[in-house]
Amino acid sequence: MKLLCCPINGVRPLQEFAFGGEVRPMPDAASVSDEAWSDYVFNRAGEPGVRREWWYHIASGTWFIAERDTLKDEFYRTYLYGENQDDRPAHHEGGQT
Amino acid sequence: MALQRMFHEPEQLEDGYEVVIIGAGGHGLAAAHYLARDYGIRDIAVVDKGYIGGGNTGRNTAIVRSNYLTVEGVKFYDESVRLFSELSQDLDFNLFYSERGHFTLAHTDGTLRTMRWRAEVNKHLGVDSEILTPEEIAKICPSLDLTCGGHMPVLGALYHPPGAVVRHDAVAWGYAREACRMGVEIHQKTPVLGIRVNDHNEVEGVETSRGFIACKRVLSAVAGYTPRITRMVGLRTPIVVHPLQACVTEPLKPWLDSIVVSANFHVYVSQSSRGELVMGASLDPYELHSERSTLDFVEGLTGHVLDIFPFLSNVAIIRQWAGMSDMTPDFSPIMGTTPVKGFYLDAGWGTWGFKATPVCGTTMAHTVATDQNHELISAFNLCRFASYSLVGEKGAASVGH
Repeated sequence: MKLLCCPINGVRPLQEFAFGGEVRPMPDAASVSDEAWSDYVFNRAGEPGVRREWWYHIASGTWFIAERDTLKDEFYRTYLYGENQDDRPAHHEGGQT
Repeated sequence: MALQRMFHEPEQLEDGYEVVIIGAGGHGLAAAHYLARDYGIRDIAVVDKGYIGGGNTGRNTAIVRSNYLTVEGVKFYDESVRLFSELSQDLDFNLFYSERGHFTLAHTDGTLRTMRWRAEVNKHLGVDSEILTPEEIAKICPSLDLTCGGHMPVLGALYHPPGAVVRHDAVAWGYAREACRMGVEIHQKTPVLGIRVNDHNEVEGVETSRGFIACKRVLSAVAGYTPRITRMVGLRTPIVVHPLQACVTEPLKPWLDSIVVSANFHVYVSQSSRGELVMGASLDPYELHSERSTLDFVEGLTGHVLDIFPFLSNVAIIRQWAGMSDMTPDFSPIMGTTPVKGFYLDAGWGTWGFKATPVCGTTMAHTVATDQNHELISAFNLCRFASYSLVGEKGAASVGH
């Protein structure tokens, strides 16, 4: 059985969780260019690697962030939003350069 | 005495080719075949990290149909069905193309409504497709338990008589053999490590594990590996990769002519010419670049198959596997030209790629040869996202709608 550690409820079977996609800080909608906005809306970091992702513990309604290797399917750590400085919008890694 | 082989295995990789195709699956080999046959371009290298047909070409459930929802999708897949039905003759190779009739069962009013919509679009475009009542389903497929054990009974079905199954490996082999005969080189076990693009954003060549190949045109036809290739040319796409799993049972006496799909249970079942039931379900629930199998999948799938065919409860699953699906947000492919001159994409094949194999070959060959998107694929270009012109394809399999 594959296990995942919910920051609130501890280690639970993976079947109790839902995947919410990669963490993508939203650019400022008022000032962003059209190109950068559509990049934010549609484009994803599709290649394998260690990603920060949203996960949801269904039973308790807890959204949190997990760091996971999408090639090896290994979770490295989980934490609530805001507990890591990488969560701050200033650290925008998703946009077109 | 030398063995008679289906394909040449050239030992030498040349310094350059007119076209390099990444991916020796059905799509890449079909494109090579039509480029050589219809456009006289024979100086082609097809390179693959593994072996011919070893990716999703050999991992799908071999179903061919064209009863999609969007006008763009129906026209495109119907041309594919037409090409498939003549392909054994074209390639002089028996692909075991077998028209079975394709049922998509509806267990809720909402699903039945989408199916009526699909049937009307299909009929308007000349595709044989209609809604059947439970009584009509029972006549054609009497082994089906329409009550589903009392849990979500069948309310109707979208019926598509031209729905067919094909020997999927043979499709890749047939295209490979014909392409080789015309001079195309297929280099297996040759992973691509990089793509060289110059300051004018034009392709200059491909770095492989066996050295650099100069070329001005590159076609990427690598399904679940697409994000790794697009990264090499600096393109971002909406593609995310999820595993899609399938399995087969032990061989049974022939009893199931039709292809049976349940839109609500997310299962599809057909019986192969060897007698095995070939079964698949919906995508794995989270992104992963892996072809591993899971017990979750078999448990979920078989539970639903037993709702439809309860008498299968003692039949053993003998094999299961997975492929990597390159999913797009609108369930339509991403095909054609890109902002990188000479770099062409045949991607975003999610759960709907195998049935498009021949039409991808003809349309991508046209696009690579002329540098103009074929009219059947112009709606599927990568640029549709920046202009919010998506092609929402609710007729795609294995995905919730």
